[in-house]
Amino acid sequence: MAKNKEIILDPLFNNNPIAVQVLGICSALAVTTKLETSIVMSLAVIAVMMGSNIAVAAIRKFIPPSIRIIVQLTIIASLVIVTDQILKAFVYDISKQLSVFVGLIITNCIVMGRAEAFAMQNGAKASAADALGNGFGYSIVLLVVGFFRELFGSGKLLGMSVFPLVNEGGWYQPNGLMVLAPGAFFLIGIFIWILRWRRPELVTAD
Amino acid sequence: MRSTKYIIGFAAIVCLVCGIVVAGSAESLKERQEINKQLDQKKKVLGVVSLYESGEAITAEEIDKRFADNIQAKLVDLSSGQYVDVTAEEIAAFDQRKARQDPARSAVAESNPAQVARVPKQALVYLKLKGGEVEKLVLPIEGKGLWSTLYGYIALEADTNTIAGMTFYEHGETPGLGGEVDNPNWQALWPGRKAFDSEWVPKINVKKGAAGTVAEDPYNVDGLSGATITGRGVGYLVQFWLEPDRFGAYLANFRNKSLNGGQG
Repeated sequence: MAKNKEIILDPLFNNNPIAVQVLGICSALAVTTKLETSIVMSLAVIAVMMGSNIAVAAIRKFIPPSIRIIVQLTIIASLVIVTDQILKAFVYDISKQLSVFVGLIITNCIVMGRAEAFAMQNGAKASAADALGNGFGYSIVLLVVGFFRELFGSGKLLGMSVFPLVNEGGWYQPNGLMVLAPGAFFLIGIFIWILRWRRPELVTAD
Repeated sequence: MRSTKYIIGFAAIVCLVCGIVVAGSAESLKERQEINKQLDQKKKVLGVVSLYESGEAITAEEIDKRFADNIQAKLVDLSSGQYVDVTAEEIAAFDQRKARQDPARSAVAESNPAQVARVPKQALVYLKLKGGEVEKLVLPIEGKGLWSTLYGYIALEADTNTIAGMTFYEHGETPGLGGEVDNPNWQALWPGRKAFDSEWVPKINVKKGAAGTVAEDPYNVDGLSGATITGRGVGYLVQFWLEPDRFGAYLANFRNKSLNGGQG
């Protein structure tokens, strides 16, 4: 059990998929304009990764090595389609905002990377823990970025006004950069910077 | 080393299981998705006549109520431009996209820049009523952008010339580029502009670059950066549906007060 705990906690900061491995950046830039979409996207990625890791781990001994990537991709793609259908059925507006990015979870390097690097060698339980850990690692970055982008970009959190905007009679002049993708780039950069400052061992030698 | 037979068999089983999972989820959730879709379309109709603000938190009941209180749906025969006498149930069941695909209820469109292949013989329009008078007309529009067919609505004031709003409820354009047709700031550029020239030929267009204010440049809307082709498509498709063979005849009847059914 101690090992599973480590598997879950390690990707949060020590081996964060976005901040340390710099994977999954494109969705992190695209869906983080608001906290709400960040949360839903995080949940979707965790669900897909859990499903794919468990499924791949369960049948890993039967997967012929020559077609293993295709098998992984088929499983991931199916899970993504199911997730997309569920989002469309229950949270239609958010699924519209996420648009193609739910579908693009298929190409999210983290999901495939964990299936290939971890689930192919480990049991279902450990793979589930690994998926959870990496999912949280991805989510934590998305949530932090989504939090600051919505707060500074539109003065709101989860759609509730926090800083009253100038054009609505308040005092806050929204930061337009935060609404655009480059805003997320800066925030992720700052996140990586703080992480490496706190944990110098992550800094790779030049 | 596994045998080739095993590999093919394994692949077949994986495909079968995944196929069943995907088809099962799609089929079982279809009904809910359909309800959501219809609600979203109603929301877009309300939005295009300024009865709903983009981003406003609203319940499904409230949407239905606003819709029932303010909007009247009518079926229009496009060639005569007159209302078709049908019951409310028939109108509720009318699916324009199905009608367009049905050879008996649609016709092949002549080659057109909006790349619309078929036009239904009948189309659903929405009237925004105020004190028994028609205040605004909402017409369904569709046509090609860059990658996909855009489906949406254009709203006209009662003079049938001044645009009251324009929106899309479904498209597959690139998010951030062509997908910016959903941007409320861009859609806000449409109201007040003129759809037709003095001869009642559709003239409204999406310009490459910036257009002037409504007063200076009534026939052009700003293009979207990085989405020239989508913008061009939007201009073409709006013009296409305003031409005499589409809603033009109906709009002329509306103007001349020669519509059946007492409205307008």
